Amino acid sequence: MAEIRLENLGHSYDGGTTYALNPLNLTWKDGNAIALLGPSGCGKTTLLNIISGLITPSSGRVYFDGVDVTESDTARRNVAQVFQFPVLYDTMTVSQNLAFPLKNRGISKDEISKRIAEVAELLDLTKYLDERPLRLRSDLQQLVSLGRGLVRKDVPAILFDEPLTVIDQNFKWTLRGRLKELHRVTKHTLVYVTHDQTEALTFADEVVVLNEGSVVQSGSSADLFLQPEHEFVGFFIGSPGMNFLNASITNGLVVLNNQEIGSAKSFGGQNLDSGSVRIGVRPEFLTISNSNGLPVQIDRVENRGGYQLAHFELAGSKTIAKLSNETKVASGQSANLVFDQERTYLFRESQLCGRLVSKVS
Amino acid sequence: MKTRNNKAWFLVLPVILTVSFTAILPLMTVANYAVQDIFSPTDRLFIGMDWFYNITNDPLIFNAFKRSFSFSIQVLLIQIPLGIAIARIMPKSGWKASAALVMVAIPLIIPWNVIGTTWQIFARPDIGLGGYLINKFIDFNYTSDPLDGWILILLVDVWHWTPLVILLVYAGLRSIPPAYYQAAAIDGASQVAVFRFVELPKLKRVLMIAILLRFMDSFMIYTEPFVITGGGPGEATTFLSILLSNIAVGQFDIGRAGAFSLIYFLFIQILSFLFFTVLTLQERAEVTKAK
Ligand SMILES: Nc1ncnc2c1ncn2[C@@H]1O[C@H](COP(=O)(O)OP(=O)(O)OP(=O)(O)O)[C@@H](O)[C@H]1O
Ligand SMILES: [Mg+2]
Repeated sequence: MAEIRLENLGHSYDGGTTYALNPLNLTWKDGNAIALLGPSGCGKTTLLNIISGLITPSSGRVYFDGVDVTESDTARRNVAQVFQFPVLYDTMTVSQNLAFPLKNRGISKDEISKRIAEVAELLDLTKYLDERPLRLRSDLQQLVSLGRGLVRKDVPAILFDEPLTVIDQNFKWTLRGRLKELHRVTKHTLVYVTHDQTEALTFADEVVVLNEGSVVQSGSSADLFLQPEHEFVGFFIGSPGMNFLNASITNGLVVLNNQEIGSAKSFGGQNLDSGSVRIGVRPEFLTISNSNGLPVQIDRVENRGGYQLAHFELAGSKTIAKLSNETKVASGQSANLVFDQERTYLFRESQLCGRLVSKVS
Repeated sequence: MKTRNNKAWFLVLPVILTVSFTAILPLMTVANYAVQDIFSPTDRLFIGMDWFYNITNDPLIFNAFKRSFSFSIQVLLIQIPLGIAIARIMPKSGWKASAALVMVAIPLIIPWNVIGTTWQIFARPDIGLGGYLINKFIDFNYTSDPLDGWILILLVDVWHWTPLVILLVYAGLRSIPPAYYQAAAIDGASQVAVFRFVELPKLKRVLMIAILLRFMDSFMIYTEPFVITGGGPGEATTFLSILLSNIAVGQFDIGRAGAFSLIYFLFIQILSFLFFTVLTLQERAEVTKAK
């Protein structure tokens, strides 16, 4: 259990030509569940391996509770880590696998059997304890791997590298719930890598979104959803992702399709400079009105059970509005589009720069 | 229903023909010799299984068998642990790895009789550098002391063939995914535990192959004792193959040599087969998953 602080932390696998992880600064509060979210190859595993000491970073420092551990090796850091794919000791039984990290640290036999029983219970592994893991299905193997990460109690942090990728969908939900419950009880600092946004958003107190080796935003699930600071976050989080429309600003007014639709304000309240801009608005914050609004032609309506998605084209971009089932809308009809005052954002060079204050409301 | 097309057998015909001429026919000639007493090319007598009784009761052959067998066991006891130890400390990547591999492989690409001649001279107490130096500390003369002769042949075999074990084990070690080492580090495993629980289980296959190859090869060792000690001093290094060639080419006792060859051949076949069976059975047992 520790606060983890990363200072200018960066890593290059090829001696500085390309960076798998660009220098970043992050502080994770003791006892928090943190999700690292990002597409494949964005440097999530690299970051985890640096924290556990499997990789020495090319630059920057790692602190556990204020103590610089950058130079200490994996054994001394004592963190637990679960890998993306099952890694097991073939010649040991499941229970010996679970005992291994404890045995290596000289924990008493009684304590070991107690912990094994607890972990096996948590992961539904009790009936497999005497089996050789090689004989188990791959999802069970991954559970054993997961178990080895959970048996130790005195760790500063537990790192999970997409631990549930090979687990069957139904059990995934159960397991996620149990892990969350475990976290609530034990209060370990927990770092959870995933490229599944639902997993990240439901699991974590804090979500760090990575893209191409850089942190694009870090915050609570709500922050990331309600106010994405980067186009990537808007696009990557939410389903469907944020709509982006190409527009421009002239004299502080946003012009879309040669039509002034509102004023462009920075978060401080000033007018934004003239030039091109991208409007970002989540499908959830678009509504349809029959009186006033921006006229659009609905292409297609998709019913998703609890809600419906209206697809249409606006200023050359495919756009989606997520509407309640009560909204009367049909394919081919024209409608008036209304932007939510609070939740329509402006982006420049992919970064959030201000808000669209709509004329029509 | 599956239709069977036996024409496919024709495709195997060339292989069968080739193998017949290279292996089966020569073997049959040997079998033919083994049941006759041959005095001269024109004068021979069919004697049935007599040679086989004769051979299995011959103390000369039995002693050579014991010698060969204990030599092979000693070879394994030295070369397998040594090969593993060296493979583990070899560099893992970059130019150092390539350099180490080339250096290790050198003994394997030298012609066998060159190796024999080189060591024969190198180990001589009078004119050989190695023999001269070691005689400064202890008495070592492989031409007169039976134990020294044995040790020298063993040493040459270790020098010549440990590289094969090293290469096999090295390849085996490289094929272990890094995640296993990472997990072991996370679990706080000691170096010994990493070897015992990560490397050894993953090396099982290659080690079985290494043991099989080294056992069979050393059991058939011929060139080195032939060139270096000629089977001596006394009979210290008269292994089965040396004895066999003495009987066949030295005494021209073709019938007896033929029977001897067949037994020798069968013994190696049976051992290899047993070894292979154990290996595959174990693997199958492991892969079968619980349903
Ligand atoms: N051992 C290595 N040597 C060289 N490059 C590497 C190595 N490991 C990873 N990389 C590169 O570093 C980048 C980040 O890799 P990393 O494994 O951290 O990504 P990731 O976010 O975990 O991806 P995934 O979701 O596929 O697991 C990738 O471009 C990858 O090719
Ligand atoms: Mg990864």
